Amino acid sequence: MNVEEIRKDFPIFENRKIAYLDNGATTQKPVQVINSMKEFYEKYNANPHRGAYTLSLEATEIYENARKKVASFINAKHAEEIIFSKNATESLNLIAYSYGMENLKKDDEVVISIMEHHSNLVPWQKITKVTGSKLKYMYINDEFEIPDEEIENKITSKTKIVGITHVSNSLGTINDVKKIIKCAHKVGAIVIVDASQSIPHMKIDVQQLDADFLVFSGHKMLSPLGIGVLYGKKSLLEKMTPFLMGGDMIEYVYEQDTTFAPLPNKFEAGTQNVEGAYGLDVAIDYIQKIGYDKIQEIESEVVSYARDELSKLEFLDLYLTPNKENHSSVISFNIKGVHPHDVASILDTEGVCVRSGNHCTQPLMRFLKIDSTCRASFYFYNTKEDVDRLVKALNKAYNMFKKYINK
Amino acid sequence: MEDLTDVYNELIMEHSMNSYNKKKLENADYSEIGHNPNCGDEITLEIKMNGDIIEDMAFTGHGCAISQASTSIMIDTLKGKTINEAKEIIKIFIDMIKRETTSEDDLKKLEDAIAFKNVSNMPARVKCALLAWHTIEGILNKEN
Repeated sequence: MNVEEIRKDFPIFENRKIAYLDNGATTQKPVQVINSMKEFYEKYNANPHRGAYTLSLEATEIYENARKKVASFINAKHAEEIIFSKNATESLNLIAYSYGMENLKKDDEVVISIMEHHSNLVPWQKITKVTGSKLKYMYINDEFEIPDEEIENKITSKTKIVGITHVSNSLGTINDVKKIIKCAHKVGAIVIVDASQSIPHMKIDVQQLDADFLVFSGHKMLSPLGIGVLYGKKSLLEKMTPFLMGGDMIEYVYEQDTTFAPLPNKFEAGTQNVEGAYGLDVAIDYIQKIGYDKIQEIESEVVSYARDELSKLEFLDLYLTPNKENHSSVISFNIKGVHPHDVASILDTEGVCVRSGNHCTQPLMRFLKIDSTCRASFYFYNTKEDVDRLVKALNKAYNMFKKYINK
Repeated sequence: MEDLTDVYNELIMEHSMNSYNKKKLENADYSEIGHNPNCGDEITLEIKMNGDIIEDMAFTGHGCAISQASTSIMIDTLKGKTINEAKEIIKIFIDMIKRETTSEDDLKKLEDAIAFKNVSNMPARVKCALLAWHTIEGILNKEN
């Protein structure tokens, strides 16, 4: 399939003549995923895990098939290592509360990177404060990458948990998670990988990575909103206590005590988002049909073009690693002397959708000594024309502001 | 929006990039921080009173063109006004941005601040235009 054919699968591009460059926030949905929502409610809607009637059993089957699909998609050893959640944020909170709270002791250390999204940062502030442990950061160099020695110096015998984003949502830097995991395992620490920004673009193999936990949101990879994934090694998940309590996650409930269901139900309290899981299942089919090789081929061409074209604009500051092999599909930039919100508003009038702000990475912005950036983030349906529209709109914004800048 | 220069007009651009009101005030009676955490816009508004009259005002901080210009033009508009006059103007400004007033007589009282009228067509930027006005509203409510 070429990009023109792929774009035909995305109805939004028929309805909106936009250059959609906010894929790091959420992706557009192919017609197959959109139709699966309708199909679910027209043919299969019932509460799973409850009824003894055929319809409920079929809804259960749809839900459990989605779990199996996710397991094979990321090469998990067991389907019950896949826990469905609302999103990556909920998955990370589950780990923080059910693993972190129970396992961290005074003076233990949690190590995360300065480029973490608030969702892999704020929960650790809370958990380390409550347990008396310490939160430490791996910082980046002037190429926007975490140097090897930073990893080796920060992960020590005191480290019990390492949280790392696979790809930075603000910088697009691809982190060497394999190295980080090796370092952490050497000292007996467990590693949580936030794959929210990587799994839409690259093959994830949890066994090959040897990740202890890995999380992502469905909606950043073509799925509906409201479905997320937590992968955890079975040996770890089995020892953890439940995060949310209620229906469906129990075995026996007495007046004063409860025993809990086995994995994965132990972590899935209440009626689950079956429609979302089904949509995620169909989204995975779609990604596999295109294939990661093709996705990378398309994206590397467009992102490479964007890197080149944006680099030519002397009025821009780019926050971008010079090492292409360590860069995914996110480009952060600012027009020198102009606030990113003004830039984004002007881009909007040209039909160019970019995010502006701190991208839920305030500590990173503070570290870089900036308030915020504009962020263009690409997916495999973006084209060089989208990049051209971005460049044209940026020139327009610059021309509006230039006579007022630094007067 | 029809035309960007409706919002990014000469007056707003001048005030946002080169404001004479952006400075520290000596002997300020009030100093209040206003911020929009989602954008990172942050201003510190300083006021010097003379009895019931806003004698002088200045601001420091950072943010987008709309928030900076809105703060600067607000200072021009409210300087020399009594607290009650200021409160009336603040209400008219907020109503204008939220499209809750169109009375020409009211809008005249805004003086230069009427330049922000078209921000009401940019929902994403409404909070930028209102930042300083909400901040001073808080201060003046304390004053009474």
